[in-house]
Amino acid sequence: MALPIMAVLMFFLVLPIVMIVTVSFWQATEFSIIPAFDFENYEFLFGSNVTYRVFFNTFKYAFITWVFTLSIGFTVAYFLAFHIRSLTWQIVLFLLCTIPFWTSNIIRMISWIPFLGRNGIANSTLISWGVIDEPLDWLLFSDFAVILAFVHLYTLFMVVPIFNTMMRIDKSLIEAARDAGASGTQILWSVIIPLTKPGIMIGTIFVVTLVMGDFITVRFMSGSQSANVGRLISNDIALLAYPSASATAVVLLLTVLIVIGIMLRFVDIRKEL
Amino acid sequence: MDPRPKSFYVLSAFFALFLLFLYGPTITIAILSFQGPGGGLTFPMQGTSLHWFRDLFEQQAVGDIWGSFRRSLALGLMVMVTTVVLSVMGGLAFRKKFKGSGILFYLIITSLVIPSILVSLGVGLIFSQSGLNVHWSTSGFGSQLTWTLPFGLLIMFAVFNRFDKSYEEAARDLGATSWQTLRHVVLPIIGPSLIGVALFGFTLSYDEFARTLLTSGSYNTLPLEIFGMTTNVTTPVLYALGTLTTVFSLLMIGLFLCLALWSTRRKARAGTDAGKGMI
Repeated sequence: MALPIMAVLMFFLVLPIVMIVTVSFWQATEFSIIPAFDFENYEFLFGSNVTYRVFFNTFKYAFITWVFTLSIGFTVAYFLAFHIRSLTWQIVLFLLCTIPFWTSNIIRMISWIPFLGRNGIANSTLISWGVIDEPLDWLLFSDFAVILAFVHLYTLFMVVPIFNTMMRIDKSLIEAARDAGASGTQILWSVIIPLTKPGIMIGTIFVVTLVMGDFITVRFMSGSQSANVGRLISNDIALLAYPSASATAVVLLLTVLIVIGIMLRFVDIRKEL
Repeated sequence: MDPRPKSFYVLSAFFALFLLFLYGPTITIAILSFQGPGGGLTFPMQGTSLHWFRDLFEQQAVGDIWGSFRRSLALGLMVMVTTVVLSVMGGLAFRKKFKGSGILFYLIITSLVIPSILVSLGVGLIFSQSGLNVHWSTSGFGSQLTWTLPFGLLIMFAVFNRFDKSYEEAARDLGATSWQTLRHVVLPIIGPSLIGVALFGFTLSYDEFARTLLTSGSYNTLPLEIFGMTTNVTTPVLYALGTLTTVFSLLMIGLFLCLALWSTRRKARAGTDAGKGMI
């Protein structure tokens, strides 16, 4: 029964990874790539300052996005799970939060243009309020725009798992805490947050991997002015430098897997479904 | 019922702002796509018109968007059917431990967390090095499955974790074959969740960009076409296209949700009346 899935993943996941690892040792000329076994691509990668800057940037995006998606996602999930009293309304509001997930990411990025542009809504509003005199240039095509888009696209990856674990918290635990004299903050801090940890971890895994592997949001929202590892790879691909793209890809994959490996120590995914 | 605490109102406001943040930009471009013919990419509106939507129907103005739409639709349906079938099979298989189940589980997680561009690059390399042509219906199709299958399977895991096995035992005791048990007992019970899997399969494929980037060959899917437009189209025709495909996505989501609601109700109606019998 599991054979077809195994076959698909073998051919379209395992084999491509093997291929990338292999090609990362190959050599490239201007027109073609040649099978070889040397570490030139890796030497170049680790010898270049750009690499470290770009990796640092990638972690920076991941961390800032994580902070925002977690605080927004947790608050939203908390509101839905503990303040909405009827199940129907919970489902309706929850669906409202998830619907954008099923629409196009690219269009959701494009839709920030009229808001953030030089003559966009944000700038004209701020000017008309007298907060600024000149339109702000850093709203669109900047790190700010990149992070904003990430938070916009990926917050629901936090909301869904956190809401899911919160819904399974036994309400009598909270009552017990209240009867024992705990204040609202104490209940939140010592009862709800510890019990929500698995959901937080799953959301974190989603957000961190999506941000670390992204290249299109960074390219589009920064107006090609910032770079992360994904863009390094896609630039190499555009230059047909597949071996060096592969070497970067291998390092990125290892980095992501190590990060996930660390996080999986804190949560048993199969138990949480 | 207790009166609402003060925090309820603060959090309600926060939630409303969150929804505004989620939907505001999309609504903005929906409004701007009705720009007059002289209007630009931001406010103010220079009158209202259907000019930019009409532009979409003229081939020269925007490239082959209708062809790419048809391809994305076909691909979405292919991915949807495959995802549903394979996820159900996988979900059924995973109810028992089998040889390689641990490895397969880790492969599924890897498939979920691997940066999409790696799948794109790897599949593209395999096809080019073995002399095959990349095409959206072969390499593109397979690459997208690596994104939709994990979601389908995780949903099936969640479903089967809550599945009461005594229904199957009852069917078996009544002499049903394993196929009959599956067809008349298991599938009707998990039916509504399958609609959810189908929704994921279709929409994730329909909107996928990175995994099809290097694997779709010379015929673009819709997201690739739209991204191409962002670099050379600077008129609201981009918004018109964005609005149309978003409306299409919303219609599909609505359709799937209605189907899910309908099948849940039907299940409840057709389900057991044991314990409510005539006395």
